[in-house]
Amino acid sequence: MTVLIDKNSKIIIQGFTGKMGTFHADEMIKYGSNVIGGVTPGKGGSKHLNLPVFNTVKDAVSATGADASILFVPPAFAADSAMEAADAGIKTCVAIVDGIPSHDMIRIKRYMRRYTKSSKMTLVGPNCAGIISPGKSMLGIMPGHIYKEGRIGIISRSGTLGYEAAQQLKNLNIGISTSVGIGGDPINGSSFRDIIEKFETDDETDAILMIGEIGGPQEVAAGEFAKENMKKPIIAYIAGLTAPKGRVMGHAGAIVSAYGESAIEKVEILKECGITISKNPSVMGDTVKSVLEKM
Amino acid sequence: MDIHEYQAKKILSDFGVTIPRGGIVYSPENAENKAREIGGSKWVVKAQIHSGARGKAGGIIVCDSPLEVAQATDKLLGKKLVTNQTGPEGKIVNRIYIEEATDIERELYLGLVFDRSSESIMVVASTEGGMSVEEISKEKPETIIRSKIEVAVGMQNFQARELAFGLGIEPDLIRRASETIIGCYKAFSELDATMVEVNPLVISKQKQILALDCKMSFDNNAMFRRNQVSELRDKTQEDSKEVFASDRGLNYVSLDGNIGNIINGAGLAMASMDMIKLAGGSPANFLDVGGGATPEKIVKAFKLVTMDEKVKVILVNIFAGINRCDWVAEGIVEALKKIEVNVPLVIRLAGTNVEKGNQILKESKINYIEANTLEDAANKAVAALNK
Repeated sequence: MTVLIDKNSKIIIQGFTGKMGTFHADEMIKYGSNVIGGVTPGKGGSKHLNLPVFNTVKDAVSATGADASILFVPPAFAADSAMEAADAGIKTCVAIVDGIPSHDMIRIKRYMRRYTKSSKMTLVGPNCAGIISPGKSMLGIMPGHIYKEGRIGIISRSGTLGYEAAQQLKNLNIGISTSVGIGGDPINGSSFRDIIEKFETDDETDAILMIGEIGGPQEVAAGEFAKENMKKPIIAYIAGLTAPKGRVMGHAGAIVSAYGESAIEKVEILKECGITISKNPSVMGDTVKSVLEKM
Repeated sequence: MDIHEYQAKKILSDFGVTIPRGGIVYSPENAENKAREIGGSKWVVKAQIHSGARGKAGGIIVCDSPLEVAQATDKLLGKKLVTNQTGPEGKIVNRIYIEEATDIERELYLGLVFDRSSESIMVVASTEGGMSVEEISKEKPETIIRSKIEVAVGMQNFQARELAFGLGIEPDLIRRASETIIGCYKAFSELDATMVEVNPLVISKQKQILALDCKMSFDNNAMFRRNQVSELRDKTQEDSKEVFASDRGLNYVSLDGNIGNIINGAGLAMASMDMIKLAGGSPANFLDVGGGATPEKIVKAFKLVTMDEKVKVILVNIFAGINRCDWVAEGIVEALKKIEVNVPLVIRLAGTNVEKGNQILKESKINYIEANTLEDAANKAVAALNK
C-alpha cells in the first residue's frame, strides 16, 4: 500500500462547483483518480461533472464512504473547511490554497489535537501541489504525465521544484512511489518528518528525496529524526543558497530568521545526520541515481 | 507588512500598554506646537521609517526647547536615512514623531513571534533592553527568558508574572508589567501580527512601565480581515519595484546582481538563483510569477524586470504544471511586442506541452537563446552576459 492515497481512495472535492474545483476535479478524473463527488454548501442534491454534490462533508462521507478530500476554497474559508473534513472522518486532506493566515493554521492544528492518532486526519499543505502516487491516484494539481511509476518517495515544499525533480528522475528512467507537496507556508499540516516517517514503513518506497528551502526548522527536525529512526536512504536538496537574510522569498515560510534556517546551515546539519546532499538543483536526479546504485 | 513606530504605539496603547505622550507631525511649525502641547522640558524627535537602528543613523534627536524640536524636525524631514537594515539607498523620512523624554531607570527587551517548531506564540524577554535581539542572543544569551503560549486559551496571568519576576521587576510593579505583557500578546493574537517587539520596554524613574520604542509586523495573508491594519501600509517605505510587483500579484525581491529572472514557483526561483550563482553569475532579482503564470502575468513580469537598469540578461524559466508551455510561450511573444527588451534573453520551458511552446517561440522570430535544462539555462545566461 502506498502512503496517503491509492487507487481505491474515494476522493471528494471541497469547493467542487467553483472554477478551480471544477478544473482540477476534471484533471484528476482524467488521470484516473477515484473522484466520487464534492461539497458546495447550498448546492447539495445537484450534480456537477456527473457526480453528486453534497452540502456538508459529513453528508458526503455517509453517502459515499469518502476518505480523501482536496480543498479549493478561498483562503478566508479554508481553515473552516479543513476542520470540517477532519470532523467528518476524512483520512487524507490536501489544501492547495495559498494565502491562509498563519493564525488560522495554528487553530486548525490545535483543533485536530482532539483526535487520537489512529483517527486523526493527515492534512497536507496549504500552499502546495498536493499528492500523487503515479499510476494510482492524484490528489493534487501537478502535471501527472511527468511522474513515472516507481519506488522513490518525494517530499517537497515547492510545487515546481517537485516537478523539476520528477522530470529529472523520469529522464533517468527512475520512477516515483508517491510525491507529496507539503507547501511553502510557515505552518503546515504535515512536516517533512511526518512524511518521511510514513515512507519508512511503506513497502513500495526504497529511498526518499527531500526538497527543502530556506526558513523554518523542519528540514533539520526531519534530519534529526532520520538519524535516529530511519533505515531508508534520504537525498536532500535545499534551495536558497543565494537568498538574502530576513527577506521573504515568495513562499511565506521562506525567510531566514534564526540559526539553522539558511540553506548552508541546513545542508551542514543534514550532512551530519547522514543525509546525501544534492549539491545543486540540476543534479537531484543524478544524486538519487548514485545512491540507488550503492544500495 | 510593517508599520511605523507611532502606529505600533497607538495599537499597543489601545491594548493597555503605557506609552510616552507624543504626536505625529509633518512640518517644523507643527513640531514646535506639538512640543508645547506635550509640555515638559525635554523632547525626543524621532524619524518614522520602517527600520530599526535609527538612533545610530542620526534619526533620533533629543531636544531641550520647542525651537530645537522645530530645527531637528526641519533637519530630518525629507531626508533619506541609511541604517544597517535599510540597504545603501536608505529610506525617506516623511513623518516625524515628537515624544516627551523619559527618565529611564531600566531598559528591558520584550518580543513576540511565531515559534514554528512548537507552532505556538513565543514571548521572549531579556534584561538587556536597547540591544537588538540578535546582539542579546550572541552576547548575553543567559539573560533571555522565553514563554510558549497555548493559543487556544491565550496568555495566562501566571505566564506574564513569571516573565516579569524573571526580569527582576520589583514587586510593586509586577502587576503593571504583567498587564503590559498580556496587552502585547493580545495585540499580537487579535490583529494577526507576526511580530511585536518592544525594545526598550523601560521602567522610568517615576516607576512607570513604558513602551519606549516598538515595532509590529503583520501577516499579509490576513489583511483581508484587518482593514484598520492594512490602512497603515506606507508604500514610501517599500522598494518601488516590489510595490509594483505586489500590486500586480507577483512575488518580487530586488537583489544586487545583473541577471533578471522570470520564474514560476518560489522554490524553482530560488533554485534558479542558486544555479546562476554556481555558473558564476549573480541574480538581479527573485521573481515568482506564480503557478498559473498567465500571459498577462508574463507581460507584467517583463515590464517589472526591464524597469531595473542593472539587468543585463533576462532568464525565463517556466515549468508548466497547471498551465501549458504553449500558453506561456504566447505570453512571452505578446510581452515582447509590448515591451522593448534590449538585453539577451534566455528561455527555458519544461513540462506540459513543451514542444509546442518551443515551436511557438521559434516561429515568432523573437530574438532569444533556447535552453533545455535548469543548468543549461543558467550557463547560457552567464555566457550571454560575458559576450
